[in-house]
Amino acid sequence: MAGSETQLTSGDGRSVSRREPGGGLAVALWATLRRDLLLLMRRRSEVLNPLVFFALVITLFPIGISPDPQLLATIAPGLLWVAALLAALLSLDSLFRGDYDDGSLEQLLLTPQPLPMLALAKVTVHWLLTGLPLALMAPVLGIMLSLPAGSYLVLAFSLALGTASLSLIGAIGAALTVGLSRGGVLISLLVLPLYIPVLIFGAGAVQAAVVGDGAAAHLAILGALLALSLMLAPWAIAASLRISING
Amino acid sequence: MGMIWSFIHKLGSPKWFYGISARLMPWFWVAAVALILVGSAWGLAFAPADYQQGNSFRIIYVHVPAAFLAQSIFVSMAVAGLVYMVWKIKVADMAAAMMAPLGAAMTFVSLFSGAVWGVPTWGTWWMWDARLTSMLILLFLYLGVIALRGAFTSRDSASRAASVLAMVGVINIPIIKYSVDWWYTLHQPATFTITGRAAMPMEMWAPLLIMVLGFYSFFIALTLMRTRSEILRRESNKRWVRDLAGETR
Repeated sequence: MAGSETQLTSGDGRSVSRREPGGGLAVALWATLRRDLLLLMRRRSEVLNPLVFFALVITLFPIGISPDPQLLATIAPGLLWVAALLAALLSLDSLFRGDYDDGSLEQLLLTPQPLPMLALAKVTVHWLLTGLPLALMAPVLGIMLSLPAGSYLVLAFSLALGTASLSLIGAIGAALTVGLSRGGVLISLLVLPLYIPVLIFGAGAVQAAVVGDGAAAHLAILGALLALSLMLAPWAIAASLRISING
Repeated sequence: MGMIWSFIHKLGSPKWFYGISARLMPWFWVAAVALILVGSAWGLAFAPADYQQGNSFRIIYVHVPAAFLAQSIFVSMAVAGLVYMVWKIKVADMAAAMMAPLGAAMTFVSLFSGAVWGVPTWGTWWMWDARLTSMLILLFLYLGVIALRGAFTSRDSASRAASVLAMVGVINIPIIKYSVDWWYTLHQPATFTITGRAAMPMEMWAPLLIMVLGFYSFFIALTLMRTRSEILRRESNKRWVRDLAGETR
């Protein structure tokens, strides 16, 4: 893990000590995490925009359908999940865009560390600053849609679990389209069909909690979907990034 | 083992594929036309009417083969994508590119015939039935692969990106299918469901089997034909293609 000390002998015989940057995978992962977090914290609007979008879309539904609390309560689980899913989708395009434009993505490909792991670190940051805030904000919007009491914890937890899968799957789409100048709409076409299982079990969990059925089965499947995407998505993201860079 | 490898390498050569497909293609066209003619005549005119659905059940002779093809073509596309990514066999990618529109068309045919069948059976053009919903999602997956391939300017990137997406899609198809089934059983509306498919008499399923085989032959014949023209298009600056054009001119 620690940086290795190498003794170099310069021309006049003096020995120069040079500290090489540390090699291990953990160091690289930590550095990627820190760098991405720092970059995103400097561009706060990119973090805030999906949240504002989420709140706005939720505001549209009572206006477009009806302010009737009973009607809203029945459709609230689905509405909250769909709106959060779209908000997460919106933020995907910027996942690799900045790094692609300034060339640091190429540097990432050139590192001796395995690319799938580094991609996983980037996706983790994306989830920390998009999926997790969306999950934490959802209960507040649930109140506005008169979501029945007792389902708020399940709502936040299912969103936190589900958006992690969404970030992983969505990153494949983002990596495939990062080299294209107009990848914005294309990415939704690629990614939305793959989001459907997560939506079914996420909204299903909240629905089950509302009815009082117990959401454990739904949450367990959401966890299984996350485990599967954690296992497979990083490889697909890495392969897609290589295609986009070498293309 | 050596023989298999040399066979695979030969298969990878567009020129060899162009030659062998010219000999195979007519057989598949003959089989496709014959089977589809026999199957539709038998199924539409001679098979007995269903005791519950009357004559409207006959749409399965188009609907079921189209649905089979829609799913098989996506799997073939993903397998071709894998072959292209692993062994860099260009013919596999050309075939995958040529299959995609046919797969999307077959998905549309199965959706459309399902909707038409819904009118006499459910009294409506569209129900959020589990199978129809899965098919609709499959159509979107096809459109995604086709759109992604079209979005790249470099052909090599387009091929590799479409291959990756087809493989990601094929892993997701069973997950989507099972989750849609689960979703549907939770929200089961009171509808007519077909039961006892296994009890279908021979006079009904024999034409269906013939139609399925006919549709598969049609798929193979059309893919061979379109791959051949794609080979000529992509290899148009190769000597053997120029020689070929010189001969026929």
